[in-house]
Amino acid sequence: MALSVNREQRKLTQTPLLKIWVPWVGCNLNRRRGSSVPQFCNSPTMIVMVGLPARGKTYISKKLTRYLNWIGVPTKSFNVGQYRREAVKIYKDFEFFNPENEEAMKIRKACASAALKDVAAYFSKEQGQAAVFDATNTTRERRAVILSYAKERGYKVFFVESICDDPEIIAENIKQVKLGSPDYVDRDEEEAMKDFSRRIDCYKSSYMPIDDEKDRKLSYIKIFDVGSRYLVNRVQDHIQSRIVYYLMNIHVTPRSIYLSRHGESELNLSGQNIKELKVWTSHMKRTIQTAEALGVPYEQWKALNEIDAGVCEELTYEEIQENLPEEFALRDQDKYRYRYPKGESYEDLVHRLEPVIMELERQENVLVICHQAVFRCLLAYFVNKPAAELPYLRCPLHTVLKLTPIAYGCKVESFFLNIEAVNTHREKPVNVDINRNPEEALQTVPDHI
Amino acid sequence: MPGELTQDRIQKTWERSKDDPPANRRAAGAPHFVNPPTVIVMVGLPARGKTYMSKKLTRYLNWIGLPTKVFNVGEYRREAVKNYSSYDFFKPDNECAVKIRQQCALAALRDVHSYLKDEGGQIAVFDATNTTRGRREMILQFGSENGFKIFFIESVCDDPSVIASNIMEVKVSCPDYRDCNKTDAMLDFQRRIECYKTSYQPLDPDQHDRDLSFIKVIDVGRRFLVNRIQDHIQSKIIYYLMNIHVQPRSIYLCRHGESTDNLEERLGGDSGLSPRGKQFSAALAGFVEEQQLQDLKVWSSQLCCSIQTAERLGLPYEQWKALNEIDAGMCEEMTYNEMKEKFPEEFALRDEDKYYYRYPAGESYQDLVQRVEPVIMDLERQENVLVICHQAVMRCLLAYFLDKSAEEMPYLKCPLHTVLKLTPVAYGCKVESISLNVEAVNTHRDRPEDVKRGPGTLIRRNSVTPLTSPESNIKKPRIDDLDEAGFSELPPSVSSPSLCSPSHTPISLSGQNLRRNTSALH
Repeated sequence: MALSVNREQRKLTQTPLLKIWVPWVGCNLNRRRGSSVPQFCNSPTMIVMVGLPARGKTYISKKLTRYLNWIGVPTKSFNVGQYRREAVKIYKDFEFFNPENEEAMKIRKACASAALKDVAAYFSKEQGQAAVFDATNTTRERRAVILSYAKERGYKVFFVESICDDPEIIAENIKQVKLGSPDYVDRDEEEAMKDFSRRIDCYKSSYMPIDDEKDRKLSYIKIFDVGSRYLVNRVQDHIQSRIVYYLMNIHVTPRSIYLSRHGESELNLSGQNIKELKVWTSHMKRTIQTAEALGVPYEQWKALNEIDAGVCEELTYEEIQENLPEEFALRDQDKYRYRYPKGESYEDLVHRLEPVIMELERQENVLVICHQAVFRCLLAYFVNKPAAELPYLRCPLHTVLKLTPIAYGCKVESFFLNIEAVNTHREKPVNVDINRNPEEALQTVPDHI
Repeated sequence: MPGELTQDRIQKTWERSKDDPPANRRAAGAPHFVNPPTVIVMVGLPARGKTYMSKKLTRYLNWIGLPTKVFNVGEYRREAVKNYSSYDFFKPDNECAVKIRQQCALAALRDVHSYLKDEGGQIAVFDATNTTRGRREMILQFGSENGFKIFFIESVCDDPSVIASNIMEVKVSCPDYRDCNKTDAMLDFQRRIECYKTSYQPLDPDQHDRDLSFIKVIDVGRRFLVNRIQDHIQSKIIYYLMNIHVQPRSIYLCRHGESTDNLEERLGGDSGLSPRGKQFSAALAGFVEEQQLQDLKVWSSQLCCSIQTAERLGLPYEQWKALNEIDAGMCEEMTYNEMKEKFPEEFALRDEDKYYYRYPAGESYQDLVQRVEPVIMDLERQENVLVICHQAVMRCLLAYFLDKSAEEMPYLKCPLHTVLKLTPVAYGCKVESISLNVEAVNTHRDRPEDVKRGPGTLIRRNSVTPLTSPESNIKKPRIDDLDEAGFSELPPSVSSPSLCSPSHTPISLSGQNLRRNTSALH
C-alpha cells in the first residue's frame, strides 16, 4: 500500500461539535464509534421474520427496531400486513387467507413486492442500515424470493423465526394485539377470536419452517416458546451477533420499570405494592442518598453517572454563555451529538448505557435512580424517541415515571411527589447561530436562584 | 434512619459510614448478579475443544471480575495414575480404571465445592467429557444439594480434519504422550476417542434434558443450540462463546507515538505527537507493510496522538472512544510531580492500590476494564487487528490476553514505540515484543517498594477484580489413598445461601489464587 508523503505534514483539527480529530475539516467522519456502535456497515442487513400469525413477529420487529435505532443503527420495519390493509381497504374474514383464493394471493404477493421495493429505497435513498421485513414468510418459496432480491443488491439476510405451539400463549397474543387491530374493529371478541384462529389454520398447511439441513448455509435464529430455547446458525457479523444477544435477553413477563431522578427528599413508593423491586443508582452521591432513604438494598452502576460536562462542569448556563458562547451555540445546534470539551455527548451516554439497557431487559421490576441526561436516554429507549428529541425530553425532579410494556409499546404513568422542586429543563432556543447575542442564547433558561 | 454517607478514599465510592453494618456496601463498577455460584459443566468427546473453551472462558470471566477456576478431571487422573500406558485405560470394560476415573471426578467435585463455598469462587468450570447421563445426573445432584446453578456447555463436532488438527495441536504434546512419537500418539488418541463413543449420550433438548440450562456448540461455532438461559452470567457466557473463533490471526497492540505530554511527564491530556512520535508512526507504517497481512483492521482511540499515529499508516482505521486513555479527572495534564505536590494523599493512595484507585472525578483501572469490554468482545470476533491506544488501556487489554491479575495489571510493561504481537496458540497466547527502534521517554512507574499495601487482596463479591485464572492445585489423594471399599460420597451438603443479598461481607481469597502465572506460554 503506497504511503502518502503528505500525511506527515498534515496537522489534525478537532471538529467543533463532535470534538473528533480529523485530518481535514469535512473528511469522512463515519469511521468512528463509541463503545458499541458497529462499524460503518458496508452491506445493509435485512432481518426477515418467519412464523405463523400470533407468534410475536411484530412484537419482536418493533422492539428490535427500537433497540437498533437507539444504539445508532438506522433501522426501519416493514410490516406487510399494513401494505395489505392499504391495498384491501376492508377486511372481511379469514377466507382472504385461504391458499386457494387466487385473487387474494395475487394481492398478497404484490404487497410483499411493494414492501421489498420500499426496503431497497430505504437502503439506497435514506441511508438505512437495517430493515426488518415483518411478514409470515412461512414458505420456502417466499423466502427464496427474498434471498435472491437481497443477493442481487448485496444485502445481508438474517432470519428470525418464532416457533410456538402453546395454545395459551397464542390466545394471549391474539387478545393483546389482534382483537384491537383495524381488521377486527367492528367485531365482537368471540367472533374475532374464531376468525383469527381460522386465519392461522390457513397458513399451517403450507408452513415450512427453516430447515436445519436444507438451510444450513443461511444465517438465522429460531426462537422456541418465547425464549425457552434458541437455535442460532451462522452468525455472519457484529450486528447479527448483537441482534442474537438482544433477542436472547428480552422477555415478556409482565413487569414495570420505574425511572426517577435523584430527589431532594424521600421517594415514597409504599402505596405501590411492587413485587421484588430491584433498585439501581449511579455512583454519584445524590442518587445513593435517595436510595438510602428508601431503606432497601440497591446496586450502584457507574454507567448511570450523569453526563460529563467536561470543562463546563458546575457552570451555570449564564457562565457558559459568557465564557464559551460558541460552545453554547453548538450545543443548541445539535444537542444529541454535541460533546462538551473534554466531556461527553448524549450520543456517548447512549453507548455507555447500553449494558444497563441490556440488563434492564433481563430484569423484572426495577427502580432506576439517576440524573437528567441519563434519564432522557433511558426514556428515549423505552418510548422510542429519536435522537433529535431525546435531549429535550421532559423529566423533572420529584417525579417517578412508571413504564409498563404493553402490546407493542410502553405505557407511561407519572407519579408526582408534592414537593416544590427546581425546574432544570431548558428548551431549544430559536436562534442557535454561534453569532447570536447573549439574550437570545439565554432566552429559555429556566428560572433559578 | 439512613446514616451519613462517606466516600471510600481509594475507590471514591459512596458508602454508609463504617459504624453502620455493611449492609448496603457495594463495590465499584457494575453489579454482576452472580448469586448463587455456578458450575459450568463441559460435555463432549475428547478433542472437541472443551479444555480450550474452559480456559478461554475462565480467563474472560476472571478478567471481568468473576472469580472463576477450571477443574480438569484429566489432570486429576494424571495425578492419580502416574504413568499413562495406552488407550486401554479408557476402555469401558476396564473396571479398575473406571473406578479410578470415578474417584477422580468426585475428587474434582470436592474441590469445586471447596472453591465455591470456602474460597470465594463464583464460577467453577468442570472440564471433563461428562458424556453419560449417569455422570451428568450425579453432577446435577451435587449442584442441587449445594445450591449451585448448573450450566452445560456441550461441544459437538464430527469433522475429521478439525479433530485431527486439535489432536496435533494439544494432545500429542501432552504429558500422556511424552514418550511417544506423533504418529503413535495420534493413533492411540483416536482409539481413546472410540472408547467414549459407544456410551456417549449427547444432551437431548427435546426430551430428557429439556429442563436443563445448556448451550450446544456445533462445528466450532457454526451453530448453537441454547436451552433455558437462567440468568445474566449465562447470557454473557453464551454471548462470549458466540463471538470467539479459532481462525489463525494476530492481534497487534501498541501505544500512540510519543506525545508532547509524554515528554513533559504529563498525565492524560490530548496533545499531539512529538518529532520522535512522528518517527515512530512512520516506522509503524513500515512495520505493518512488512507483516504482509491479508486484511488488517486498524483501531485507534479518539485522542489526537493516537489518531495521528493511525493516520500516518495510510490505511482505513476506526476510532473508538472506549480506547481513550484512563481519565485522570482532576489530575489531568498535571505532571507526576505536580500531582504529588497538589494532591499528596491521592498520590500515595494510588500507589497503595493502583488497580482500584480512582482519580478524583476520574477513572480507575477497574472502570477501564468495564469500559473496554466491548472492545475485547469485538476483538474476539475479528481476525488481524492493530490496536493503537494508551498505556493504561493497553495494560488492560494485555491483562486479558495474557491472563494477568488485577494486582499485576497496572504494572505491566507497555513501553512507547514497541509493538506487542499476540498470537493465540494451543491453550494460550504467544507474545512477541517488537521494538521499532525509535527512542522515547519511559513512562513506566514500577510498584514502589516502600508503600504500605492497601486492601488489594480483598475480593468483594460482585466486584470487578480480574484474577489470574488460578493454577489447578490438585491436592488429590493418590490412588492408594482412595477408599478401596467403595466409592466415597461427597460430604453432606450445607444448606445453600440464597440470592443476591447485601449482607455478604468481603471475602478474602486464599493467597494462591493471586499468584502470578509464570509460564512463558501464557
